[in-house]
Parts: sequence; C-alpha cells; structure tokens
Amino acid sequence: MDATFRIFRGNSQGGGYQEFLVPVEEGMVVLDAVHRIQEHQANDLAVRWNCKAGKCGSCGAEVNGKPRLMCMTRMDQLPLEEPVTIHPVRTFPVIRDLVCDVSWNYEVNKRVPPFTPGEGDLWRWQQKDIERPREFRKCIECFLCQTVCHVLRTHDQKSSFIGPRFLVRAAGLDMHPMDSISRTRFLKEEGGIGLCNITKCCTEVCPEDIHITDDAIIPMKERVADDFYDPVRWLLRKITRRG
Amino acid sequence: MQDTAARRKGVGKTERRDTWWLQPLLTVVALGAFVAYATWVAFTGDNYWVEPYLSPFYSPLLGGNLGEPVLKLRWWPFTPAILVLWVPLGFRLTCYYGRRTYYRAFFWDPPACAVGEPRKGYHGESRFPFILQNLHRYFFYLSLVVVAFLWYDAVRGFVFDGRFGVGVGSLLLLAEALLLSMYSLSCHCLRHVAGGCVDCLSRRPARYRLWRWVSALNANHGLWFWISLSGAVVADLYIRLVATGAVIDLRIV
Ligand code: SF4
Ligand code: SF4
Ligand code: FES
Ligand code: FES
Repeated sequence: MDATFRIFRGNSQGGGYQEFLVPVEEGMVVLDAVHRIQEHQANDLAVRWNCKAGKCGSCGAEVNGKPRLMCMTRMDQLPLEEPVTIHPVRTFPVIRDLVCDVSWNYEVNKRVPPFTPGEGDLWRWQQKDIERPREFRKCIECFLCQTVCHVLRTHDQKSSFIGPRFLVRAAGLDMHPMDSISRTRFLKEEGGIGLCNITKCCTEVCPEDIHITDDAIIPMKERVADDFYDPVRWLLRKITRRG
Repeated sequence: MQDTAARRKGVGKTERRDTWWLQPLLTVVALGAFVAYATWVAFTGDNYWVEPYLSPFYSPLLGGNLGEPVLKLRWWPFTPAILVLWVPLGFRLTCYYGRRTYYRAFFWDPPACAVGEPRKGYHGESRFPFILQNLHRYFFYLSLVVVAFLWYDAVRGFVFDGRFGVGVGSLLLLAEALLLSMYSLSCHCLRHVAGGCVDCLSRRPARYRLWRWVSALNANHGLWFWISLSGAVVADLYIRLVATGAVIDLRIV
C-alpha cells in the first residue's frame, strides 16, 4: 500500500506543501517515510533527527496537526486513506522544511535559578526524596510541550512566559532535597506561572509521559499561592515577622 | 521569519483530523445540564426532604419549612439551598480540574490542543478575576464542613422512626457522601498540604505516607469530579420523586 504525504517545504520567508507517495511497510514510523522521501524523491529535504528511539528529542513536528516525535509515530496509528500532513512545529521560526530554530528555549533555560545546595549540607538523601524530581529528569527537551502550549503558540507571550518545559525544570530544582532556594518569586514574576491556565495540552503531548500539569505546574502554583496569595499565611508572616 | 502566526490564529483553526470538538461539546452538554438542574433545584425550595432523607443540594439545612434544620435562619427570604450552595459551587469553580474543563469547553482557551482560539488578548490566571483561583484552598477547607454534614445526613438516612432501616435513598446518600469525600480528598490543595510543600519527604515519614495516599487518589481527580457531581443529581432526583409521591421508597431492611 502507498501513503500520500504532504510535507512542508520552505524557509523563513515562506513555503507550502509538497506531496509525495511512499510505499508503506509493516512497523514503519513517520520518520522512516520522511527518510525514504529524502533518499528517493527529495535529497534536499531538511529534517532533524538523531536517535530514532524517542530519546534525543530532535524529530518533533506536527503530524496531522498534532505535535509529535516523528520517530515514535507509527504509520499504523494514522488514517492512511487521506494524506498525512507534516508541518514543522508552529511555535518556533522555521529554518528550512521541517527544521525549526528552537534556540529561544536555551536562552530561557539560562534564566531559571540554578541548583543551589546549602552550605555544609550532608550530601545524602533517600529514595523517597528522589521520586518527585526523578520524574522531571526524564525530560528529553523535545519542546513539544512548548509547541502545543497555547500561551506560546497562539498568544505568542514568549517574553512573559517560560513555558511548561521550564516550569518542569524549576519544579524539579525546587523540590530537590539538597536545593536551598525558593523559585516562587521567579515563577510568579519572570516565569509567568499565572499565565498557565492548566488546560493540560503539555501533558497530552509529552512523549516521556511526564505529568507536567499535575506533578510540576500545579504543585508550583500551590507553592506560589503559599508565598503570595494566601491571606492567612501573609498575616501569620506579618505577626511572626518572617519573610 | 515565516509568519506561522497568521495561519494558527482564528477560532477552531487546526490541521487536526480527529474529532477534537467532541470533548468540549460533551462537556458543554453535561455541565450545562447540571447547571440548569442545580439552578432549578436551588430555587424551587420544595421536595428536598422526605423522612429520613435530605437532598445533598440542601445540606447542611439552614432553614426552610421541611426536615430537621441544623439552624433555623427565619429571616432568610430565599430557599435554604442558596445559603449553602455557594460552597460546593466555589469549590468546583476553583478546582484545578474544573478550571481545565470550563476554560476549554466554555471559554475555548483553547477548545482543544493545537486548535485556534477566539480571543486575541490573554492573561490566563495572572489578573483579576482569575487570579482569585489561588484561593481554592479556602473552598477546600469549607467543603470539608459540607462533607461532614453529608456524612451526618447519610447516617440519618438509615434511621426510620428511631429504628435502623435501609432504603434505596439511604444507599444513594451513603454513596454520595463517599463520592464527595473521594473528590475532596483527591484535591490538589490537600496533596500540597499533605506533603507537596515539603522538599525533604524522608524526614517526615507520616507526611510522606499521607502525600503518597493523596497522590494516588489525585491521579483520578477528574473521575471523582464527574461521578460525585452525577451522584448528587441522582440522590436529589430520587428524593424529589419520593417526596412528590411519584416513586415509593423501596425498603431493603
Ligand atoms: S497546562 Fe499550562 S503550560 Fe501546559 S499547555 Fe496548558 S497553559 Fe501551557
Ligand atoms: S516535558 Fe515532555 S514534552 Fe516537554 S520538553 Fe520535556 S519531554 Fe518534551
Ligand atoms: S530521532 Fe531522537 S527522538 Fe526522534
Ligand atoms: S483541585 Fe479539584 S477540588 Fe481541589
């Protein structure tokens, strides 16, 4: 059986879809089809990939409108009666064809207050303390969550919102048993955690199955509420003159 | 730079081929039906009690001419339901799961993932009025009081003329007390208070256990949201039907 692919071809100036016919084989993933097209029909088709195992996070694209890793999207999950559309992720500027410039994310990463161990702390911690931050360490930085998040995607608020990936990172550092600082002020004022309306699209697309909203964003929203929005705590802080 | 923005703007704009509109549609129908029913129940002020059952919409009973009110607020001009319903209403409106649900289905913020939205400006929960969602914890504490009264009503539902008995209504009230407890105990705020706010959980073994327990319940918070909502409607409807004489309460014991 043959499948029709509609793949975006173009660059930062613009572009459009080009159609390709590809024979489908058992066990094939979308990235295989793209490679086949590159090999036989369009040698200059630009695509970023590395591991073909869902671990390097570089092959993200929008397959039939949904942000996914091309190497983890099996052809037998797609309706092949119609053309399969592949578009570069929409939240970041296109460099060429399926390759986008995601460097904004690396700049944001530098702004997250880094891991800060307390002085003289004994470097010994337990399994129980590791469970929470370990989930966040599974992140492969594919930025699919950044791509789907409507605050960045639709409202383009890149200057005021760091996006789910970095809320996850901040949560992992804040919940680390050896870390000694609080990131609530950063998250409220610079990170824009209030812009997230917990609609959970980030969680839906995460290929590492990180419960981004339930385990990272909501717990951090609660910590921010403790420090900035809880009137009783505020009063207690005033009375005890702490904080 | 390529202007992808132009293409992704506009309500419902997407390249998705699946039935992404189904979930928001079902939510609008289900929540809309619930709101219509609850409003009607709150304003009728009748048939909310039939010995020994009290409708969960009127609990705790703070007035009215029926049943056994905990407090008799005679000066109150409206139905006693209105005195209490703001607590479960506020609790569900500020619930993290509830927020996700109505932001998507009613505000289309977004209607579904990778689908265009109707409005240009967006502030999320960073400004008034949505910044008030941060007070969800207080609705959680208040709703614990309501849950305690629901348990009281459930127990009261097993006492017929001073004797133990079991009717279909007793079981429905018991189920609703249980479901609402599960919904409240799976709240994200409780998860935070239990242990989420602690960095070094190994030093707090009791809180660690509590946190694990709440986290397990929390994984199905959305499910508890819906079934406790339906449970309240079923219990109220049953009591109403028995009170009007349309149905005779089936006694099991
Ligand atoms: S839950 Fe928040 S961070 Fe995640 S996609 Fe939605 S708005 Fe963005
Ligand atoms: S959190 Fe998940 S979706 Fe986001 S960058 Fe990491 S692995 Fe990708
Ligand atoms: S190629 Fe590495 S994640 Fe797809
Ligand atoms: S988060 Fe849903 S009730 Fe608290």
